Amino acid sequence: MATLLIEDRVISVPQARADGENLWVPLADMHGTGWELKPEGACRGEACYPLPFGKEAEFVEAGAFNLGRFAAYLGQPVVHDDESGTWAFGESADDQNEALRSLQAPEFGLPDLDGRVHNLSDYRGRKIFLVSWASW
Amino acid sequence: MWQALFEELSDTNFLPIAVAFDSRGVEAARPWIEAAKSTYPSLIDENHRVAALYNMVNVPQAVWIDENGVIVRPTETAGSSDGFRKLDRTTGKMPPEEVAASKERKAAYLEALRDWARNGSKSKYVLSAKEAESRTKTVTPEQATGNAYFRLGEHLVRTGRVEQGQGYLDEAKRLRPESWAFKRQAWNLEHEQKASGPEFWSAVEALGDEHYYEPPQL
Repeated sequence: MATLLIEDRVISVPQARADGENLWVPLADMHGTGWELKPEGACRGEACYPLPFGKEAEFVEAGAFNLGRFAAYLGQPVVHDDESGTWAFGESADDQNEALRSLQAPEFGLPDLDGRVHNLSDYRGRKIFLVSWASW
Repeated sequence: MWQALFEELSDTNFLPIAVAFDSRGVEAARPWIEAAKSTYPSLIDENHRVAALYNMVNVPQAVWIDENGVIVRPTETAGSSDGFRKLDRTTGKMPPEEVAASKERKAAYLEALRDWARNGSKSKYVLSAKEAESRTKTVTPEQATGNAYFRLGEHLVRTGRVEQGQGYLDEAKRLRPESWAFKRQAWNLEHEQKASGPEFWSAVEALGDEHYYEPPQL
C-alpha cells in the first residue's frame, strides 16, 4: 500500500511495494500516476523517456514499474514517509526552470468556496493578474 | 483587496485571480473571501500548487499573464512593502511617514496594473521576453526537494499525522529558508495564531537589512 502525491493529486495504490528508494507500482495501476509504460520507454503525456540501456530490470520487474527509482533517475525530487507509505514526487529543478523561462503560464485548476474548479486556461483571452494571499 | 481595482477596470479585460495558500483548507479562507465580496475568482490552494508552479515564496506575490497565456511580468511582490516592520507592537501603530510611504508604493503598483489593463502590450510595465526571462527566479535542486518535502509534510499534517508531517515541513523550511509561505504555513498548522506570533517577528528581525517584501522593479 502506498499513497502517491503527484502534482496536486493524491493517488492510492493498494498493491504498491516499497523498499528503500524503490517504489514498485503494478503496471495496471500506472495510469493513475500520469505515467505509462510504452515500448519507447516511460511516458508522461507526449514526453517519453527510454529506460537506461542494460538496466531495464532495475525499473521493470514482475509486472511492476519502479517509479521511485525512475523519478530519481530523471532528477525529480522523491521524498517518502515509510511509516505511512506516503511518497511525494516533485518536478526536477531543470524541468521547472525550463518551464519558468519559457514564459508560458503553467496550467492549474483550483476550487473556489463552492468547490467549483477553475482552470487558468478557462480565462484565456483576458489579462490575468494571478495574485497570492493567505489567511495566516 | 483587489475588488475596487477590478470594478474600476470593468471596461477592460483585466481579471484578478486570487489564490489562497491555505493548507487548513476552504474553511480557513472562507471568512476572508466572503468579507471581500470579490466578483473575480477567489481560489483555494491547499497544497500550494501555484507557489510551486510559479516559484512564489511569500504573499502577496503576483504574476501578470497576457491574453495568450504568456507571462509578461514574472513573480514579484504585489503592492505590499516593508513598512509593517516599523510597527510599534505595543501600540499597534505605524509611524505616519511609514504609513504614507507604504500607501505610495501600493499606489504605484496599482497604477502599473491600470496602465497594463488599459494599454496591454504597449504598457511600459509589460516586460520584453528577454527582460521577463532574466527576472524569472529559477530553483535549485535543493529548493525543488524542499517543495517535495512541503507537499509530503502538509499532506501528513492534514491527514492526522501531525508530528511526522511537521518534521517534513521543517525539512522544507531548511531547504527553502527564503520561503515565508513555508514558514508561516507550517507555524499556522501548529496553531492558528503562530504565523504572526513572536516566532514570526523574530524571523523578520533576523532579516536585518534584507527585505521581507522585495520591492518590484516597476
